Amino acid sequence: MGWTTHECDVLVIGAGGAGLRAAVEASAQGASVTVLSKSLLGKAHTVMAEGGMAASMGHVDDRDNWRVHFSDTMRGGYYLNNWRMAELHAREAPDRVRELEAWGALFDRTKDGRILQRNFGGHKYPRLAHVGDRTGLEMIRTLQDHGIHQGIEFLMENTVVRLLKDGDRVSGAFAYDREKGRFHVVHAKAVVLATGGIGRAFRITSNSWEYTGDGHALALHAGAELVDMEFVQFHPTGMVWPLSVRGILVTEGVRGEGGILTNSEGRRFMFDDIPELYAGQCADTPEEGWRYVTGDKDSRRPPELLTRDHVARKIVKEVKEGRGSPHGGAFLNIAWIRENMKDSEAHIKKKLPSMYHQFKELAGVDITKEPMEVGPTTHYVMGGVKVDADTQMSSVPGLFACGECGGGLHGANRLGGNSLSDLLVFGRIAGAAAAKFASDQGDTSLDEAQAQDVEAIALAPMERRDGENPYEIQHDLQDVMQDLVGIARAEAELAEALEKIKDLRTRADTVCAPGNREYNPGWHTALDLANLLDVSEAVALAALGRPESRGAHTRIDHPDKDPELGKVNTIIGHSASGAIEARHEPVVGRTEALQEIIEEMG
Amino acid sequence: MQQVTFRVWRGEHGEGDFVEYVINVEDGMVVLDAVHAIQAQHASDLAVRWNCKAGKCGSCSAEINGKPRLMCMTRLEDLPLDQPVTIEPMQAFPGTKDLVADVSWNYEVKQKIKPFKPRTPDEADGTWRMDQADVERAQEFRKCIECFLCQDVCHVLRDHHKHDDFIGPRFLVNTAALEMHPLDTEDRLSDLRHRDGIGYCNITKCCTKVCPEHITITDNAIIPLKERVVDEYYDPLTKLFRIFKPKAKDA
Ligand SMILES: Cc1cc2nc3c(=O)[nH]c(=O)nc-3n(C[C@H](O)[C@H](O)[C@H](O)COP(=O)(O)OP(=O)(O)OC[C@H]3O[C@@H](n4cnc5c(N)ncnc54)[C@H](O)[C@@H]3O)c2cc1C
Ligand code: SF4
Ligand code: SF4
Ligand code: FES
Repeated sequence: MGWTTHECDVLVIGAGGAGLRAAVEASAQGASVTVLSKSLLGKAHTVMAEGGMAASMGHVDDRDNWRVHFSDTMRGGYYLNNWRMAELHAREAPDRVRELEAWGALFDRTKDGRILQRNFGGHKYPRLAHVGDRTGLEMIRTLQDHGIHQGIEFLMENTVVRLLKDGDRVSGAFAYDREKGRFHVVHAKAVVLATGGIGRAFRITSNSWEYTGDGHALALHAGAELVDMEFVQFHPTGMVWPLSVRGILVTEGVRGEGGILTNSEGRRFMFDDIPELYAGQCADTPEEGWRYVTGDKDSRRPPELLTRDHVARKIVKEVKEGRGSPHGGAFLNIAWIRENMKDSEAHIKKKLPSMYHQFKELAGVDITKEPMEVGPTTHYVMGGVKVDADTQMSSVPGLFACGECGGGLHGANRLGGNSLSDLLVFGRIAGAAAAKFASDQGDTSLDEAQAQDVEAIALAPMERRDGENPYEIQHDLQDVMQDLVGIARAEAELAEALEKIKDLRTRADTVCAPGNREYNPGWHTALDLANLLDVSEAVALAALGRPESRGAHTRIDHPDKDPELGKVNTIIGHSASGAIEARHEPVVGRTEALQEIIEEMG
Repeated sequence: MQQVTFRVWRGEHGEGDFVEYVINVEDGMVVLDAVHAIQAQHASDLAVRWNCKAGKCGSCSAEINGKPRLMCMTRLEDLPLDQPVTIEPMQAFPGTKDLVADVSWNYEVKQKIKPFKPRTPDEADGTWRMDQADVERAQEFRKCIECFLCQDVCHVLRDHHKHDDFIGPRFLVNTAALEMHPLDTEDRLSDLRHRDGIGYCNITKCCTKVCPEHITITDNAIIPLKERVVDEYYDPLTKLFRIFKPKAKDA
């Protein structure tokens, strides 16, 4: 047999913010913990997060509290969120942020020495704890440096191919290491998925090669279900030029600091159309908007700080109607603040240092002097593994999920800054529950035959002598998703996408990765493909089943909201025959008390 | 569109050779794009590390025309394209395969550095108060993306292979971040002098020059640490004083 076996109580798959927080917690509860990750430690997606993490500490505006945060999150998610998750998240986020500080994170400060908070889209008050525009780096490094002293075993550059099961219960995972291509079986009593998102299914994305929906697909194969997969967040501001950097994120922090969006006519088009849900919360004039971003508590937010789905659609509209920037985007201008501020250049470099460098070095644009060109980019998936709010356990006993690969918190659209806090809140909950599950339920037995089957699946692309290039299939899939399942969807196109995905699956069956097993990216891409195809099908199927426009999901053939669909989530699962199926289920977790908060906040 | 030749190091565990690939390049492309194009068109098994493609994760370190740089932040138009562009892995670490170097030593070094140990909270609610100015000093060091380019260029590691005796600029920056953290109470000076080999650094500043995060490694991190070590070990008065007052922090 060709693998090494590792034993632990809790296996955590993923070393981003969610996985690390889960591992730290499980270990603190006394479990032996092993963490697997595709990349080196500290390189997960979390490192890229820029703007900040949302927590209603009320340091900048003391009117803030968890109830306001809860209601903002629900409004942002068009009330499809798991209500209980939104409640837990809003209640616990402040403690999770303070805990990071106790582990060494150094956030920017208020004048009286507390953690500073900044404005972000959809948050009523300044709420994002941040470190310039590199908050994710601060978070991942703090967790990493804390975690390595907890006795956790880290197996870096190890990719999980399948979960293993003992009857109904999950019993571990089968993985390969990138360096040598050797196989590893991690035998565990509980498994936490923290694998992040699915952005690589699309052509234009802010996501890295790692984001191939592995956790989503692993869970599906193990018999768990996914929720809200139709909701993929297209961030309004990705770079559009040069072509090779298309999709790279421009943080919402630019708008939080006062950046404005204009079209080729110089018009601030965001003022043209304010959605009903936010009618009373938006500035009437540019002056009021500026007062808001500079901290005037009586002013309302500028329309650039509306939710991402809305801003993205507005940019697409300007471009479609011929008022786009030269490379097919809109102008995002932070340089203009010099009209209101003496030392604006220094201020911009201080508040947005990595944006300054990113544009300077990759596009030759000085953002303190010139506008940037931006357009929508695939950024985040709201959908994820369907879990119980209080434990983060899926329908498969012993299988937990948290972070971006978990589903429920964000509903139809995620607010910026709510992901980093999500990772900490639910990472901790999942880690604690997994440790408890492991100690309550005890050992699982390892089924060698399952591991052998996975080994054969994993080796197949390497053993084929001729067949298709994995990069080509991935590329074609990205085109299908971008063009047919993107920001504006329609029934015929979604149906066509599903057909094409079927064809791509047939092609993927013959994928061939020449070379040997040592650090062979072609082989890795071939193995990721199966996951990408599963999540792509899930997204297209869920989108087809929601004939309405809500949050991040826009159907041009059904531009309005359907009140009945506003009461249900889409659930994706495997049928008995192994096909991917979608159905609707009522939204969960709503209580009288929470409903009252929503009504009270208006 | 222009045809450009790339000389890419291919091989495993230090054995191998340069292989030439010719590809079409477009406006605005960076070296990492070229590597990906080679992967997609000519060599699907070409090993390379990357994640963010925006200079934020520190995965894609390599030597481009002999200079340690991030592949994702090196624009082709800044290189002389009439000659072949050479890409090879970092040389201060053992080779794994192609452009991937074995950087595991760095993770072992980090594990040995004494972790953050905060003073007791300032407030009853368990929180602290810190000044922005104090925070900023340590924040400079916390910008580090662990690309290990500074380790790669430092002659103590690269040429003299003192990996067992010297932690290298990255971990001096790491130690500085902890030592200058306004809340930290741990003492790492003895480790710095005896175990971490701070004395090996002769302030050539090569590390500062390659740091993609523009951390002033030598002036702001290493020199102040060296001064503290000197104060601690050669100034009897300070030493005596410290017997009574365990550690005077900057806070
Ligand atoms: C550019 C950018 C900026 C952002 N800015 C913000 C922001 O300001 N605020 C905010 O709240 N959110 C932000 N987000 C979103 C947020 O960063 C992510 O949603 C979040 O970091 C995801 O964290 P995670 O722990 O779930 O996953 P990740 O950090 O992505 O970690 C996933 C881990 O799983 C591992 N993994 C995946 N598949 C496998 C497998 N098969 N086997 C083994 N390991 C596997 C990966 O190697 C990795 O270690 C941003 C995202 C991007 C891309
Ligand atoms: S300054 Fe010191 S640490 Fe930096 S490269 Fe020179 S010798 Fe190495
Ligand atoms: S100090 Fe600079 S060069 Fe060294 S590892 Fe950190 S970011 Fe890279
Ligand atoms: S890919 Fe992240 S720094 Fe280059």
